[in-house]
Order: sequence, then C-alpha cells, then structure tokens
Amino acid sequence: MKAPAFDYARPRTLAEVFALLREHGDDARVLAGGQTLLATLNMRLSEPRLLIDITGLPGLADIAVRDGRLHIGALATHTAIESSAVVAEHAPLLAQAAPHIAHRAIRNSGTWGGSIAYGDPAAEWPCCLVALDGVVHVQGPQGARRIAATDFFQDLYTTALQPDELVVGADLPVATRGDWFGFDELSRRHGDYAVAGLAVAARFDGAVATRVNLGFLGVGATPVRPRRTEDLLSGQVLDAAAIEAAAATLKAELDPVGDLTSNADTKRHLASVLLRRLLGAARAGRSALAA
Amino acid sequence: MADQHPIHLHVNGTACARSVQPRRHLVDFLRQDLGLTGSHLGCEHGVCGACTVELDGQIVRGCLTLAVQADGRQVRTIEGLSADGDVADLQQAFVRHNALQCGFCTPGMVMAAKELLEKRPQATRAEVREWMSGNYCRCTGYHAIVDAICETLTARAARAAA
Repeated sequence: MKAPAFDYARPRTLAEVFALLREHGDDARVLAGGQTLLATLNMRLSEPRLLIDITGLPGLADIAVRDGRLHIGALATHTAIESSAVVAEHAPLLAQAAPHIAHRAIRNSGTWGGSIAYGDPAAEWPCCLVALDGVVHVQGPQGARRIAATDFFQDLYTTALQPDELVVGADLPVATRGDWFGFDELSRRHGDYAVAGLAVAARFDGAVATRVNLGFLGVGATPVRPRRTEDLLSGQVLDAAAIEAAAATLKAELDPVGDLTSNADTKRHLASVLLRRLLGAARAGRSALAA
Repeated sequence: MADQHPIHLHVNGTACARSVQPRRHLVDFLRQDLGLTGSHLGCEHGVCGACTVELDGQIVRGCLTLAVQADGRQVRTIEGLSADGDVADLQQAFVRHNALQCGFCTPGMVMAAKELLEKRPQATRAEVREWMSGNYCRCTGYHAIVDAICETLTARAARAAA
C-alpha cells in the first residue's frame, strides 16, 4: 500500500525539532533512516500528520572515542558502524552484530538512534547496548539526559524517552585486553527478525571469566539480561560443566513470550543453544590466546 | 492534503526539479513522475528488494525512501547503470546462467549485486548468498543468480590481477 498523506519538515537545529514536537505532539513522528517507520506508514499501521526528518541535523553521525568511551551519534547508519575501523577496534561486538541487521540496502539507511528509540526487543542494537552496559543520550527542551541502557528499554516498544525528547546517541565502554565478545542469532532466513539472539560481553583474567554479560534478543518484551545466569558464570573457568550449569539456569530463568513461529519452549531452548555455542567459542578463543 | 515540496536532484547524472507530495516514495517518483520504470515495485514494505536503487552511491529500498528525502542528492537506477555499461559483465553473466526468468526481480538484483562487486570483491559464495538475501526471486531458485555473481567476481578479480 501507499502511505497516507502527511506533511514533511527537515529542521536544521535541535531547537526547531523540539518546537515542532511541542506544536504537533502525537501527530508528529521523527524520521531518521525510516526503515521501520516508512514500512509502518505503507502498511497504514500509523497515520501521523507530520514527519520531522532529523537527517539534516549536523554532528549527529559521529563515531569517536572520547574519555575512554565509544560514542556513536544517533544518525550513524548501520553500514557506517559495520564498516567503521574505530568500531572494529573498540567495540568488536557491534561489528559482529551489524551484518545480522536486515539487509545491506536497509543497513545503508537505517540508523543507530532509530533502532534505539524504537526499542524493538528483537533488534540487535538495543540488545548489544544492554549487554555492554551502554548509556543512551537523549536531549529535550529541558536539556540533556543520560540513561543506562538497562533502564532505557522498559517494555515492548516502550522506552524512557519522553515524547518531547530525541535520542541523540549512545556510548559504551571501549574493549580492553581481557575482553571477549560474541554475537549470534537464530533466524529462519538471513536478515529476518531472529527467533532468539545473544550478545556476550565477557572479561577474563587468564582462564577465569571474571564477568560475563549476556544480552538476549527476541525472548522478552525488552532485551533481557539473565542476572542469575551471569552471576553463576562470573569467577568460573568456562569448562563444559560450567557451561551446562549455566544453560540449565538460563532455561529456568528466562520467561519468553511465544510468537507466530516459535512458542516459549522453543525460544527457551534456542536461547540455551546460543549460550552453549558462544560460551564454547569464548572458551576456545581464550585457550587459543593462552596457547 | 499535504503541501507539495519542491525537490532538486540528479537522476542518472541528469539534473531534475519537480514538486512532490511528501508521501511519494522514491520508486513511485522514478516510475510515475520520471517514467523510469526499470525499478520495480513489489511488496511496498522493504522485504522484496525489487525497488532497489542507488542514493548517493549506496543501495536503498525505493519503497522505504521518500522522494523528498532525495532532495539535493544523486540517484542511480538500472537505466543509468545499464547505459553506462558499469554492470555489462554482470548482465551478460545473468544471461549466460539463465539467472532471470520473468525478470521482475532482476533490476533490484543487479543493483544489489553491483554494490557487492564493488564493496566485497573477495566475497565467498556464502557471503554472496547472505548479501543477496534481501532480494526475492520467485522463479530461479537463486542458484543461477549466485552463480552469475560469483562468476563476475572471479572474472573481475582476474582482470584486476592481470
């Protein structure tokens, strides 16, 4: 179908964006890459009166390390992140996850900030941000706020973003020598929304995993951090017994909601498959380093 | 009814100025306003890839891009690509391998494969399949399409090495 009629504005400053949001309220939608929004409009699932195109705002597409954190501006596209040498060096998890996002033509348009603001529980960036203890930067007429990713994603497509605020970027810790990252997801077709996915951000001291952050996508209303499973793994050598114990705890801890193709049991099972695969890869990766 | 917006852009190298409604998709603009019917419209929600065109040198979904968003930018379509001969080798490989039957998906396939040939000249067959997974074909079963792209990759690599 065709999108319903709407007006279009392309402001050049944040102040203009806030003025438009104040004036039009719920009738306005913010347009960045548009890869979700325009599909939604074409299907007439939403009929806003005004699209506020923020791609003309200067300085929001930067990818840079500042004060020991990697900052990625809201308008950085998935492709820009995928092909960034800075990201590959300082946030290998994002480099691994990027190719899983939809398809190239969509990654060329879709943005970091759009994915974060939309808050899809099956999307890759929210999941990675939560696993990495990232921080979301938002700005509104009252000023700027920084919100921990684990607090930002509140419920299904529901975030801590206020109606008059804009996601302007997010930052995350840069990788250090003891870090190991892994990302994988299971989908019926490459680029489709995954049935389940997992981002691992682990820190090792020798063979011992001192901290294992797990971010799951597709198994809840938000990206999920299974804290009991993480606690069980921290301080462990990731041998077969530790991985099996973690998989059993994970199955008891997760409470997924089934979707059209996969019920809760399937998702729970697939989550444990991903956990075994990635922790096994982490163990192999660390042993290779030690050898 | 929403106001018309003036836009100025280059399409296949030619400057063009029009007025469009904001709801007008780039692919509809190309097909209906400019008569460039090589880009096809399939699913209209970003799944099938038939509407793939280049915007500022990168492939995008013509159905998930508004014509107003192309203001001030460069658009290339299969018409421009074919006329310039940039993908003549790929197009010949498509013919040789019978990589098209009804041909509906072919312009999108060629647009997507062109960026792959440029950005991933070392791509393996698995990477080709992954890259092309955003484009649907309901006739060929994909095998011949992947064959044609892989052959073009190999031939270009050989030419570059020579």
